[in-house]
Amino acid sequence: MSETTRKLVLPGYRRDDVEAHPPLLSPGYGSTVTRAPQQPLSYLPQRLTEITGPLLGEGRLGELDHDLTRQHDGEPLGQRIIVHGRVVDGDGRAVPHTLVEIWQANAAGRYRHAIDNWPAPLDPNFTGVGRARTDAQGRYHFVTVQPGAYPWRNHDNAWRPAHIHFSLFGRAFTQRLVTQMYFPGDPLFFQDPIFNSVRDPQARERMVARYDHAATRPEWALAYQFDIVLRGREATPFEDEDDDE
Amino acid sequence: MSERRGVTPAQTVGPYLHIGLVWPDGRYVVPEGTPDGFWIRGQIFDGTGAPVVDALVESWQADPDGRFDHPDDPRGARPATVPGFRGFGRAETDAHGRYALHTLRPGPLPTPEGETEAPHLNLSVFGRGLLHRLVTRIYFPDEPANATDPVLRSVDPSRRDTLVARPSADGYQFDIRLQGEHETVFFAV
Repeated sequence: MSETTRKLVLPGYRRDDVEAHPPLLSPGYGSTVTRAPQQPLSYLPQRLTEITGPLLGEGRLGELDHDLTRQHDGEPLGQRIIVHGRVVDGDGRAVPHTLVEIWQANAAGRYRHAIDNWPAPLDPNFTGVGRARTDAQGRYHFVTVQPGAYPWRNHDNAWRPAHIHFSLFGRAFTQRLVTQMYFPGDPLFFQDPIFNSVRDPQARERMVARYDHAATRPEWALAYQFDIVLRGREATPFEDEDDDE
Repeated sequence: MSERRGVTPAQTVGPYLHIGLVWPDGRYVVPEGTPDGFWIRGQIFDGTGAPVVDALVESWQADPDGRFDHPDDPRGARPATVPGFRGFGRAETDAHGRYALHTLRPGPLPTPEGETEAPHLNLSVFGRGLLHRLVTRIYFPDEPANATDPVLRSVDPSRRDTLVARPSADGYQFDIRLQGEHETVFFAV
């Protein structure tokens, strides 16, 4: 049968960029000390399980999942913001129709979570979870409120800079990424070991959104642009250099 | 040619991952009641032997015929013949560091080199204190194809058993040790 005898030709993704990602053991972030593996990672070739992945989204989204300000009877307190951008791969190709999940603290810096009990108020009108699916051009769009900074016990007087957690699938297991979006010019960056676990300053900047005045809604909301870059593909001998448009 | 861009760095999911990542149906790669369905249950431990109560695992696998409903599979995308098969599972750990996934055994897979990969699940592990996901694989204990699986064979023989689940009452047990003695083999993809 031709299906079993034909040679499989699989797309390859560029290997995980060890310079861009934080080292698993980053002692400044205390929890890594007992959780980071000590053995070197083993090499996993990219075969069928790696170059495929869940194509989720359709059916997982409610109508208001992208708007964190309209999920309750009333509006949450805080500065309304639009967070939008594109999901692309390392070659600038759009990643269309992919699920984007976010979660965040409220405007006071408090998460709606059983173990977050620092004395900042919960907001009955804010859950802090959003989902969206990118369009054909890889664009996504959320409406939310500016999250607050909050203290944690990692080191003396430690505060997390304001951030929004992002979860991305891309189109293959190799592209799965969970990251955090930060806000430009945050004065708390200098003391945050999670942000600074990314050693390369240029890579670190890729986690910082851009204030986007053009995308604001007058008399309604400020806006930030946050593009997310997932791994690109290795060129294959069969790939025409000009084939991506 | 389009521009080449650096990837966005990974960051930890943090301790509040449940707000954003927990799905009520996450653990069901196939619905409960699916013929031949079973549970993969496991516990995650840190380097001190303490259970990791704020982690999340995600699984990805072929269907029982060894096929994927995905356009990049050069054999062609093919929806699974099993109703409700998602291929993907997601489960958070509980207060004892335990997770559970309900699934089916995937079929073996051909490789470009003409070898055969034994049935396996790819697993991503996320958690507080994990700045990037960890990737591992779950193999099945009663599987002759394990002996010739190219990935298992590439792993230090003394650590191979960390990738093989153990039989249990309602399926399999697959514990994950992040660090230290009997540390699970994790992969760079």
